[in-house]
Amino acid sequence: MAVAALKNDTLSPDRQVLFDYAVMLGDTALIHGQRLSEWTSHAPTVELDIALGNQALDLIGQARMFLEYAGKVEEAGRDEDALAFLRDGFDFRNLLIVELPNGDFGHTMARQFIMGVYSSLLYEALSASQDDQLAGIAKKAVKEQRYHARHGGEWLVRLGDGTEESHARAQRGLDELWPYTHELFTTDPVESAAAELGFGVDPSGLRAEWDGLVDDVLARAGLSRPEDDWQPDGGKRGEHTENLGYILAELQFLQRAYPGAEW
Amino acid sequence: MRRLPMQTSALPAPHAMPRERISKSKESNETMTDKNEWPLFEVFIRSKQGLAHQHAGSLHAADAEMAIENARDVYTRRSEGQSIWVVPSTAITATSPDDKSVLFDPADTKVYRHPTFYDVPDEVECL
Repeated sequence: MAVAALKNDTLSPDRQVLFDYAVMLGDTALIHGQRLSEWTSHAPTVELDIALGNQALDLIGQARMFLEYAGKVEEAGRDEDALAFLRDGFDFRNLLIVELPNGDFGHTMARQFIMGVYSSLLYEALSASQDDQLAGIAKKAVKEQRYHARHGGEWLVRLGDGTEESHARAQRGLDELWPYTHELFTTDPVESAAAELGFGVDPSGLRAEWDGLVDDVLARAGLSRPEDDWQPDGGKRGEHTENLGYILAELQFLQRAYPGAEW
Repeated sequence: MRRLPMQTSALPAPHAMPRERISKSKESNETMTDKNEWPLFEVFIRSKQGLAHQHAGSLHAADAEMAIENARDVYTRRSEGQSIWVVPSTAITATSPDDKSVLFDPADTKVYRHPTFYDVPDEVECL
């Protein structure tokens, strides 16, 4: 593992945007995967335990590819481990929705569905990136995310259309997560610059299709679309909820306590 | 954990049980577990184009579509599969272990049924 280096001040503005953009995508996948991995050995059945573990590993794998690439772009000697384990909370650019606690199974399935649909659309668009590396990662990741969307969606239908309790829990999960879905479609200066340079996606353009796909599943599930009210954001700027610090404490403990440890 | 119909066939069918036993067992934990447990599915995976589906194992799922997704996650995570079949375990009729000697032993002495009496050309790979 490379030792954390100072920021490379000689990076051109375009390369800086590419670095920031790759870090943004990598951080959302990393924190989401770390969160989801908390289900391991706690899922309702052994089959779901494996399913959620698989999905968490998909996300960690995506994070690894984005962060490894960011490290190469930066040319400051940081690899994916250095970026994941040796940055502080305000340097993380992940969406707030992925750092929220897992809640119950209904809550987790609602998030897997919301993020699965969003990331599928994002990576589909990113597959056309003028940056070959980003396009390549997106092409691999889009298949994984489509499965997350399908798995989460099928579960929302079964929970929403199941018992009174499963319906109530799925609806509550959806209601709790909904305010955080708006941040998915806000355009950060890094994203608009990346889109202008031809290698990034302006996520505001994904909203209409996301709305349609989500509404279809909610209708099948008999769940109601929550009202658009409070719309917290800040994750893309490094302004996080108090949850991120606890995630990083667990994620980064080993490399902080035993710098450079390998196994 | 795995309960094939073969192993439970020795138990009386539910409708054959005396009424009071059913109502009594409804309160026991055992029946609660059974009631809350998803049905069992047998999973068949085809590994390559052209090869037959083979039994991979069994799993619990709320319904057939979910069984496919569970099977994908449990049995194909190391690229084992091209196609998945799932069948409710209750749909399988199995031979009884007691019939083993009657059904299978007579074939043991018929070596002439094995295609071992002619040479297979080296070019033939898929035998």
